[in-house]
Amino acid sequence: MSAAVGTPPVVAPVRRSRSGTLIVGRVLVGVVVAVALLSLVWLPFPPADTTGTRLEGPSGTHWLGTDKLGRDLATQLMIGARIALVVGVGAVAVGAILGISVGLIAAFAKSWLDDTLSAALDVVIAFPVLLLAMLIVAAQGASLVSVIVAIGLAMSAVVARLTRVLTKRVLSEQYVTAARTSGTRWPGIVLRHILPNVWPTLSVSLALQFGVAVLAEASLSYLGLGAPPPNASWGRLLQEAQGTVVTAPLGAIAPGIALIMLVIGVNFIADGLRDVADPARRARR
Amino acid sequence: MIPYLLRRSAFLLVSFFIAMVAIFVLLRLLPGDPSNALLSVTATPEQIAAAQAQVGADRSVLEQFSTWLAQLIRFDLGESFISSLPVWPEIAGRLAVTVPLTLMAFGLALVISIVAGLVSAIKSDRWYGILISGVSQLGVAVPVFWVGILLVSLFSIGLRWLPSSGFPRDDWAHPTDALRSLTLPVITVALVMSASLTRYVRSATLDVLGSDYLRSARAQGSGHTEALWRHGLRNGAVPVIAILGIELATTFLGAVVVESVFSLPGLGSMLLKAIQQHDYPNIQGVLVVSTLVVLLIGFFGDVAQRLVDPRLRVSLSATR
Repeated sequence: MSAAVGTPPVVAPVRRSRSGTLIVGRVLVGVVVAVALLSLVWLPFPPADTTGTRLEGPSGTHWLGTDKLGRDLATQLMIGARIALVVGVGAVAVGAILGISVGLIAAFAKSWLDDTLSAALDVVIAFPVLLLAMLIVAAQGASLVSVIVAIGLAMSAVVARLTRVLTKRVLSEQYVTAARTSGTRWPGIVLRHILPNVWPTLSVSLALQFGVAVLAEASLSYLGLGAPPPNASWGRLLQEAQGTVVTAPLGAIAPGIALIMLVIGVNFIADGLRDVADPARRARR
Repeated sequence: MIPYLLRRSAFLLVSFFIAMVAIFVLLRLLPGDPSNALLSVTATPEQIAAAQAQVGADRSVLEQFSTWLAQLIRFDLGESFISSLPVWPEIAGRLAVTVPLTLMAFGLALVISIVAGLVSAIKSDRWYGILISGVSQLGVAVPVFWVGILLVSLFSIGLRWLPSSGFPRDDWAHPTDALRSLTLPVITVALVMSASLTRYVRSATLDVLGSDYLRSARAQGSGHTEALWRHGLRNGAVPVIAILGIELATTFLGAVVVESVFSLPGLGSMLLKAIQQHDYPNIQGVLVVSTLVVLLIGFFGDVAQRLVDPRLRVSLSATR
């Protein structure tokens, strides 16, 4: 949750090589992506199949057991991976498109517009993602789309502020002045000079925001404000398993572990990307 | 300092006003009429008109907004659609759960993270230093409600040490009972919050340890501990204090989520129930109060940061 605001310093727990972090991150995320893709073509049981005995333990038929409705937990988890990734990718896409546009406008704008936009962004950033998302979901009703839009909107302010700062830095470079004097128009400057220079740092922030989005979606679903059934979100699986945590502990543990795997995975990737973006940081370790 | 305070207060007021407009507009723009919450399926046109008049839906949006603002200034948040009870006393009662929960969790998180952050930075080559920073890295990826579920299953259902949910009916009349109910929620929020705080403390400490001024102090004959205490503390505290406001606001929101894990009658559960029942006055009321809390925390956080960091005062007054 803390990463909901700004970007916390990523401190490597051990002296890791850059490739180590990236590899671990990619493997963790890769597993979740593979499971989500697999769930599109094959599931152990149909999603709504309640033929299993309720709260069964793990077995050959039900690898992770069943929930209190007799549904196969492994099936639900696989669908959950899909939902988590869809929300993560969707929210980051919304946040990036909106945030980068606003950030660029603010950086290019006259000072009064820049000041107004910056002040407005500060107000939005003061609101943690979850509260904003709750407000939007309260207004729009709970659905997969409103969850994605809500989380994306909330994160766009952070992206916009970062884009603005980075763009201003690039705009003050001499090669941009040179490009301007030689007649390059602003779309050319944005495409050729700003985006390539801004992207390495921005991608780190977007990767971290992906983790924030996945956690926010889980919280919303846990609170009953997420995508309604049959979308088996990990957050909702945890909410449903809460009452049976003693009789069927796996139901309350497995979705949590899946969530942590995905979030740690993207955080590690962000960590690795940051080392690529900032070689000085790597050298300091 | 005074001009800064004035500027920062103006920003506080403007942001609060913008947030109020946003809350109001977002909740009015949604499809569906707030008065529906008051009506049964078999309502007659007269009843519908009466209900719309009661919630003010028959007037223009601007008119509704100005009435609402005028009420806000008088601390009047209206009456619940469902229970017809005034919103503000209900919120005040629930703050008696959410505020102690937030403050205790934040205090505990601070203690944990300062100790853990310092140890893991100073002893970064020992196994426990590495372990702490590894656990804190893991901790930021853990959803707060999941920690709550696991702690309940262990300490309430398994060991039967503490109540799993609920809060005494008579609130704080029996402080021991109230504290027992809050113990697990406080630990839950504190554990999750201390993960990110530990990382900030650790990285600030590592920066101090690698700094030139610390090396100079050592070179002039200060002991390691003395140099850290005299020079490191003040410098290292600055970046940590800078994020404390945000972290406190996050703790408050973490409390709001955790309340539903433990069925605590706080602000969070009030908001959830209001959202489910489309009880607009209650939704607005809770959002107004939480917005105000978050913005005020930000205000005091920024002021505190300027008080501890003289560099901010100089650089800003020089540019303006």
